[in-house]
Amino acid sequence: MSGMLDQAWRLSPSVELRPEPFGALAYHFGNRKLTFLKRPELVRLVRCLGEHPDVRSALMAADIPEGSWDAFATALQGLAETDMIRPRENNQGAAA
Amino acid sequence: MTILETRPIIQRPENGSLIEQFEHGLDAPICLTWELTYACNLACAHCLSSSGRRDPNELTTEQAEAVIDELQRMQVFYVNIGGGEPTIRPDFWHLLQYAVDHNVGVKFSTNGVRINPEKAALLASTDYVDVQISLDGATAEVNDYVRGPGSYDTAITALKNLQDAGFKDAKISVVVTRQNVLQLDEFKALADQYGATLRLTRMRPSGRGADVWDELHPLPEQQRVLFDWLVANGENVLTGDSFFHLAAFGESLPGLNLCGAGRVVCLIDPVGDVYACPFAIHDNFLAGNILADGGFQRVWQNSELFNELRSPQTGGACSKCEFFDSCRGGCMAAKFFTGLPLDGPDPECVQGYGETALAGERTIPGQSQDHSRKTPGRNQPVMLTLTRRGELDLSGISAPPVSACAVDPLAGFTAN
Repeated sequence: MSGMLDQAWRLSPSVELRPEPFGALAYHFGNRKLTFLKRPELVRLVRCLGEHPDVRSALMAADIPEGSWDAFATALQGLAETDMIRPRENNQGAAA
Repeated sequence: MTILETRPIIQRPENGSLIEQFEHGLDAPICLTWELTYACNLACAHCLSSSGRRDPNELTTEQAEAVIDELQRMQVFYVNIGGGEPTIRPDFWHLLQYAVDHNVGVKFSTNGVRINPEKAALLASTDYVDVQISLDGATAEVNDYVRGPGSYDTAITALKNLQDAGFKDAKISVVVTRQNVLQLDEFKALADQYGATLRLTRMRPSGRGADVWDELHPLPEQQRVLFDWLVANGENVLTGDSFFHLAAFGESLPGLNLCGAGRVVCLIDPVGDVYACPFAIHDNFLAGNILADGGFQRVWQNSELFNELRSPQTGGACSKCEFFDSCRGGCMAAKFFTGLPLDGPDPECVQGYGETALAGERTIPGQSQDHSRKTPGRNQPVMLTLTRRGELDLSGISAPPVSACAVDPLAGFTAN
């Protein structure tokens, strides 16, 4: 889990986020999976992943307190399993 | 049917569960059902939308395109198209392509009548379309009893054409009835044979279904058979969250276990009327009209009815039941169309409260619309002319019917 904090990730290019009062709905046009992001902080985090060199700095940018990082990393892991987010090559510029 | 001037502000729980959030409604449906036409080549006994004849006020091609444009703007990523038989609309294939080109994925329900080798090849070449073939018996005898003569062969031919064209993972959509509930393994085998996925949905007393519900809906002991089968096989079978009333057996089935009507799902009918759910085509559940009331988004967000459905509901008599948290009182449409109060038990309540309620005084509401053909056609199911059970001995089989419109908007949805 903590390994993820040092990795570069991004929103999958096939995914669109639809804002909802509680967070967002994420839809993957490739595998047609639908997922709900239940916290606005998670939406902020996912949206800014691609702009930061690693997950840790994205967490900081999204104003998520350090005590919750593990929980958010777990949430990201879940999103990675359905390709909602995907790893980014380190030399790849900010995308998404 | 009132559209409010401004969208009401809904107090929702901070960090509530996903189910609680859903109960308070979404900015747009997760996925909606859109019936393109009331016209149908079949006359299934249990048709949810009492389809048959085209309505002269059905949306034009341009109006239908405008609906798709709006769904794209609202980020409704997926729509279930049904009818009637949607493929007999002359612009069906155009609208299908139009939706896909506008990032609105389509799953359409059909009885298979237009899925010839050429169309099957077209579908196989499109990445963003799901096809659902309605079949209400694993044998022609059971199927045609409710769907009409020849309808089994039509469906099987369509499945074969899709398979031959290389179309992957078609769906076989079955309305579970008293007559086919013992054929679940055979349905699964059929699905495997055609490289398809089996989808089971609940028989609702909606539309013409109200006329045959007493005869077609599974018996109490069959509900248990169905539940056990779903527990054993559920992972490879879709249900569109259809059987949440069975959760009161004590174990939840996969899915939301929630009535999504007006909260996460709804129905647009062929003339642009918006109803709370595909199984509730009745004035009592009519939210508005997309042409008369300023578009779909306005109806979805500002409808007085939908906002009522998004406010806390009382469980009535059910709230005292220990299983209320599991089934939440069951299906609104099933209660309404059997004349039961909406805050009481589901007519098929597995704890037995439904039977008690059905035995009491009740008035079955009439239909608000009926597009059934006025004279029987050659596809008319025979059961409609054999009304006395004593005269009809099918040795315990009868058939199920599902019309092409028996789509459930939550199919394929996973909640994380």
